[in-house]
Amino acid sequence: MNRHASSVTRHGTWDDPIVCRCEEVTVSQVVRAIREGYDTLEELKRHLRVGMGPCQGRTCLPLLARILSRETGRPLGEVMEEVSIRPPLVPVPFELWRGR
Amino acid sequence: MKRCADVVIIGAGVTGAALAYELAKRGIRDVVILERRFPCSGATGRCGGGIRQQFTTPHNIRLAMESVKRYETLSEELGVDIEFIQGGYLILAETEEEREAQRKAVALQNELGLPSRLLSPEEALDVLPLLDASTITGATYCPTDGHANPFRVVEGFLAQARRMGVMVEKFTAVTGLVVERGRIVRVHTSSGKISPGAVVNAAGAWSVEIARMAGVELPNVPVRHEIAITEPVEFFMDVMVISIHNGIYFSQTKEGQIIGGIGFPDEKPGYVISSSLRFLRVYARELTRYVPALGQLAVLRQWAGLYDVTPDAQPVLGPTPGVENFIQANGYSGHGFMIAPAVAKHLADYIEKGIRSEILEKLSIERFKEEIRGEAFVVG
Ligand SMILES: Cc1cc2nc3c(=O)[nH]c(=O)nc-3n(C[C@H](O)[C@H](O)[C@H](O)COP(=O)(O)OP(=O)(O)OC[C@H]3O[C@@H](n4cnc5c(N)ncnc54)[C@H](O)[C@@H]3O)c2cc1C
Ligand code: FES
Repeated sequence: MNRHASSVTRHGTWDDPIVCRCEEVTVSQVVRAIREGYDTLEELKRHLRVGMGPCQGRTCLPLLARILSRETGRPLGEVMEEVSIRPPLVPVPFELWRGR
Repeated sequence: MKRCADVVIIGAGVTGAALAYELAKRGIRDVVILERRFPCSGATGRCGGGIRQQFTTPHNIRLAMESVKRYETLSEELGVDIEFIQGGYLILAETEEEREAQRKAVALQNELGLPSRLLSPEEALDVLPLLDASTITGATYCPTDGHANPFRVVEGFLAQARRMGVMVEKFTAVTGLVVERGRIVRVHTSSGKISPGAVVNAAGAWSVEIARMAGVELPNVPVRHEIAITEPVEFFMDVMVISIHNGIYFSQTKEGQIIGGIGFPDEKPGYVISSSLRFLRVYARELTRYVPALGQLAVLRQWAGLYDVTPDAQPVLGPTPGVENFIQANGYSGHGFMIAPAVAKHLADYIEKGIRSEILEKLSIERFKEEIRGEAFVVG
């Protein structure tokens, strides 16, 4: 158990790694959600908040797509096509949007 | 998919989900929800989550008051944390006319038993210390208003409804309605046909299209509404703020993100929901004018959804003259999330017992034949 504790980040463990670092969501949470019926990227995003952190899914969406494709047997391309990208692509403070 | 069902609900937004749950709870469990995409893919999953009772028409006030009662205990009832934060709504005014409108609104609200009250700019500061009180002439405040997470609400309703036997068919679009002798006898979908007992039109901004399939004309129009969310910061406001001056609204989610938006009176009706730079500029300007400290905060995402707007900004509810088993549950304009639990009760009373409450009578599609007196505060 100590071996476990030492490899625990915050939620992830060595056998249940984090997929989405921004929102701290692990592989097993994703797999469970898919089995509960949240079986598109858009539904996973809304249910688990994966892909909705400061990096906007840049890191995790490809990983998520791969898990989803594996779990549902649907082609990776099809799974990826269903996700919408929402601007801005990098976080920008209100002051800059406001302008002068 | 089933061949027939007592009740076919079109649309798995908050309206369809709340109604399915309410029906199932009363023992009406042969219910199918048909959803073109997936639950929350319409306005519900795009909305601000605001729950306010400070309206200007008696029906909107009553529906909202009934709903707040439901929202207060919903987490417990559904067994999910709907993230209901009952921190009140602060409504800002910037001119004397707006102040006068607020006086009238509060008088009516108090008459109906709502504990809303008028605040001076200084009193508004007590509610929201980061507010620049010099921007306003006054405000109103109702401590029992609040906001919740729409995804959790819909997930909670649907999970319980499913548990009691309700079927949710996602990626199943309604493509046609067959009317014979004043009744819908068949619902055509992208994956087969169903014979319905009753059909509920809870398709949000697409309700007009659904109604037309049964030869019914609704006066509703789709209007884009944009919204944005920031990075999370330490929780500093439990109140939700709106302004009747410019239509801005914003609140802080349980995670600490500021979610909000602003409407444009010149927005043209239509189904396009792209995001605009104009929105971000105007929203940023108005938000930081009221709360300058938010200028540092970074915007993470912006998106848009559709309001389903009626001529008087009140919903279209209840049976349809000429098509007796066709029930309308749409036209929510900017406030369908907050009133959904109450609407579900009224509609379930009708479906279960044939009771047409005063609200259903008053908000029936038939009212558009008469003169229109509308809701004045169409904000989140
Ligand atoms: C940006 C924004 C902010 C908002 N803020 C607030 C707020 O703070 N508070 C508040 O109370 N309200 C707010 N609203 C309004 C609120 O979101 C809506 O009134 C409410 O969500 C309507 O819910 P609904 O279930 O009736 O419709 P929707 O959530 O739109 O659901 C309708 C569903 O019907 C489905 N559908 C459409 N056509 C078909 C078809 N042919 N076959 C099968 N299914 C179909 C759609 O896919 C959709 O899922 C806001 C709206 C927007 C856009
Ligand atoms: S890692 Fe998932 S949103 Fe950043």
